[in-house]
Amino acid sequence: MNSRLINWFKFSSPASFYPLAGRMIPWFKWIAVILIAIGLYMSFFVAPADYKQGEGYRIIFIHVPASWMSMFIYVVMAVWSGTGLVFNTRLSSMMAQALAPTGALFAFLSLWTGAFWGKPMWGAWWVWDARLTSELILLFLYIGFMALQGAIDDPRRADRAGAILALVGVVNVPIIYYSVKWWNTLHQGASVKVGGGGSSMAATMLITMLIMALGFWAYSIATTLSRARCIILERERNSTWVRELVENRRG
Amino acid sequence: MKGRHKRLVFLIAGLAALGGITALVLNALQGNLSYFFSPTEVAEGKAPADHLFRLGGLVEKGSLKRGEGLTVTFTVTDNLKKITVSYTGILPDLFKEGQGVIAQGKLGAGGVFMAQEVLAKHDENYMPPEVADALQKGHQEGVKAMQQGPESK
Repeated sequence: MNSRLINWFKFSSPASFYPLAGRMIPWFKWIAVILIAIGLYMSFFVAPADYKQGEGYRIIFIHVPASWMSMFIYVVMAVWSGTGLVFNTRLSSMMAQALAPTGALFAFLSLWTGAFWGKPMWGAWWVWDARLTSELILLFLYIGFMALQGAIDDPRRADRAGAILALVGVVNVPIIYYSVKWWNTLHQGASVKVGGGGSSMAATMLITMLIMALGFWAYSIATTLSRARCIILERERNSTWVRELVENRRG
Repeated sequence: MKGRHKRLVFLIAGLAALGGITALVLNALQGNLSYFFSPTEVAEGKAPADHLFRLGGLVEKGSLKRGEGLTVTFTVTDNLKKITVSYTGILPDLFKEGQGVIAQGKLGAGGVFMAQEVLAKHDENYMPPEVADALQKGHQEGVKAMQQGPESK
């Protein structure tokens, strides 16, 4: 144990994670700003128009990365929730709580941009096919998680209840991903396939989409860490280190 | 066994059970979760005969006929079976012969599908028009070479 270069368990205590998160936030913030600026520029001016959908397809550069993030953040949230349940670590539950609003934002963005894309291309804002419905359920799971956590006063009980909801909801993620494969849907199949198989997009389009996805990734990390810092201060307000921190700021 | 090991085992067992239940439920709902029926499924009698359902497939090339006003008829095919669709209304921008389409409506007299709503379905391929043209050209040349192949030898 002592031979490890870094003692990772040290950072599972809120007192040592708080300053670490503070140092990481500016990095991820600037990575997000730069990548999203490059990605948006490429989306509008570098990526070519599509042979079938013309300029209208460009919303894909927001839509697909937002959908990816909404699913990925849910899985991360469920992993933190599970870790919190098993090891009784306070920080894990705080991380799960900090992730939920960002995940909900991306699920909403995915549905919203999808509606704007669906109307001109398919001819409908919304249809009840398997892909769209399961993504809507994901948004409701995020909202349900936040509501459940907020409704219980005792933070330890709120964490446990939220964790169970998050873990039950995780079955929805593979359903969203494979819905277009398993059933007939109006939504088209995946352009970028997991586990090899390549992509069915022109290279410039794919690179633009990946830059946007990385930008959203950095944004999610930055917002989650700053939200986690707020949650840590709120929950640990009675501990000595928080008091010392506040007193030092004042002094 | 420590407390946390016990909890971990519970968690894994719970998730496995949940996964199994979901798989069984989805398997049972298989038919109901599909958004549309293909012409083959309609021919096999899987689609409800007396109420609304959705029909999906490709618009057959050369089958689109414009009637009076906004009424159009076209044929939907899955390359095995065909169904004629009649629709009055505005077609979506992406509606084209050879493209995917989903129509909601009822089977009328003589096996004509009377559509109330027509949606265009597009695929997951995105490319600039020049690439699409080049692919199309390459495909045509390939087909030509195949047809001419035996004669030129």
